[in-house]
Amino acid sequence: MSAPAPSVYSTEAQAYAVRLGLTMARANLDVFADTLLALARGDRNVVAVTSDSRGSGKLQPFGEALPEQLFEVGIAEQNLVGIAAGLASVGKRAFAVSPACFLTARALEQIKNDVCYSNVPATLVGISAGVSYGALGSTHHSLHDFAALRAIHNITILAPADNYETSEAVKWAAEHDRPVYLRFGKAKMYGLPRSTGGFCPGQAATLREGDEVALIGTGETVVHCLLAAAKLEAESGLSCRVLSMHTVKPLDVEAVLDATRSCRAIVTAEEHSVHGGLGEAVAGVLAQAGGAPLLKIMGLPDEDTVTGSQADIFRHYGISMEGICAAAVGACEGAEAVR
Amino acid sequence: MTESNALTDDELRLLSVRCRQDVLKYISAAGAGHTGGSLSCVDILNVLYNRVLRVSPETFGDPHRDRYVQSKGHSVEALYVVLAHRGFFPIERLETLCQYRSPFIGHPTRKSPGIEMNTGALGHGLPISVGMALGGKRDNAPFRVFTLIGDGELAEGSNWEAAMSAAHYGLDNLTAIIDYNTLQISGRTRDVCSNEPIDEKFASFGWGVVWVDGHDFAGLTAAASAPARSGKPTCVIANTVKGRGVSFMEDVAKWHHGVPAPDEYEGAMRELTAAEQALLEARR
Repeated sequence: MSAPAPSVYSTEAQAYAVRLGLTMARANLDVFADTLLALARGDRNVVAVTSDSRGSGKLQPFGEALPEQLFEVGIAEQNLVGIAAGLASVGKRAFAVSPACFLTARALEQIKNDVCYSNVPATLVGISAGVSYGALGSTHHSLHDFAALRAIHNITILAPADNYETSEAVKWAAEHDRPVYLRFGKAKMYGLPRSTGGFCPGQAATLREGDEVALIGTGETVVHCLLAAAKLEAESGLSCRVLSMHTVKPLDVEAVLDATRSCRAIVTAEEHSVHGGLGEAVAGVLAQAGGAPLLKIMGLPDEDTVTGSQADIFRHYGISMEGICAAAVGACEGAEAVR
Repeated sequence: MTESNALTDDELRLLSVRCRQDVLKYISAAGAGHTGGSLSCVDILNVLYNRVLRVSPETFGDPHRDRYVQSKGHSVEALYVVLAHRGFFPIERLETLCQYRSPFIGHPTRKSPGIEMNTGALGHGLPISVGMALGGKRDNAPFRVFTLIGDGELAEGSNWEAAMSAAHYGLDNLTAIIDYNTLQISGRTRDVCSNEPIDEKFASFGWGVVWVDGHDFAGLTAAASAPARSGKPTCVIANTVKGRGVSFMEDVAKWHHGVPAPDEYEGAMRELTAAEQALLEARR
């Protein structure tokens, strides 16, 4: 039996999770696979297309239950996306499943032209995103996908924070007639508390109210933001707002602007390069807002990324409760200095 | 579903000459376009749209219509002209070709009537067509899927990914037609980067392969009307001449995206008008 993967949450972070009543749930990948299978059982037009990713995409049960609705194309991402576009154009709800790193780099032109430009309802599912394949090195890290796809017209980019957002995102993609990129990792996730129900792409989910610092995460960094908010409030009484920006595009501009009105600092967190992702999207809004609060972008810097487990990489770059706390405090101090 | 109106060989010959005139006319007016490749595939397109494809302006929304995807999107001018003559839109609309906000841009888009998918970047049509054919197979739908690929375009690896999957899934509802004019922008395809032997490559990938004269209507019709249940996708390699129909453009690489100067345009139109007159004379 192999040793369990180290947790991306420090011991202290896990203690704050207990204080917040968070419990460890399933990997978003598992929830994706189950949700897709349930949808496909009820609609034979829902199909999965995989590039030898039946195992890594947890689609084995799907293939066994509905072999007629699963298409295997082998290790060929360009073909994967082209086929998905063709299937979508003849009435299928095609979910093209492949590791995010390959899907969005090798098949970028197919995503741009066959899916987005042709405007067909295909969903591109980037699995094991970010540094999920931490130890496998930069070939397998997906730190460019937000940046690449944000620059492409006509695609909704969804990075769900937890199991709830994942299942809702899959259902939404199946119901809506448009190109979608859905991205998540493979580690088990904390379930996040929600005071308000509903999942609405384009509209950030507020997980915690606060009016001094806004912590805006996307995907699986959101839980780190929430833990950081708890720690900041406990240790320094800082009132933190936490947003799950599950839709990287179109960005919820209003939620960002709302944060600028009351908060003196904003910290963004993402499992992506600091270039071209959530942070720069938020920066783009702030720069046009005038009198904006200080912004700190947490992500992977523009360097030869360290390898190791996902936990090692998160710790190294401070995409963690501790790192986000430090960034928030630093940003607040910077804001004071400016005044 | 309305069957297309099957035209006689004579009628197709005349139609193709007129289409070539229109290709030159609208490319010249626009000052942009892919002349050589358009002239090479006009006959193929006329056979498809007037004899083979079960699609018409009236049935374009029918989910059971046959699909045509032009992978070699660079020759969209030929497709526009053929679609216009088939009644998809009034040909005068091509006066806006490549102009500001025109739906008739320099590569196929679904903004223009009759176009199935946006193409133009090379190596995309076959994977898309495989997806369409797979979807049709799984639904036992009656439609067939056709895609036109340039021979130079076969250098794009995505074609071979798609060729593998088409055979793997036994897509006998799929036909790829190679516009084998042996030229690309930089010269002879065999000199740029030889992809010969194309027939053996497709055959070894599990396709049924047929060679035809890409300007012979009967041969093209027979090849494109292959049996519906062969268990294999079909590759039709159509021997064509780039710039076909205009003596000084034939088999000359520079006409890949050359636009005729006024005197060249006059000369080309004189030749095509003479060809049209000869066909009309022969009818009397």
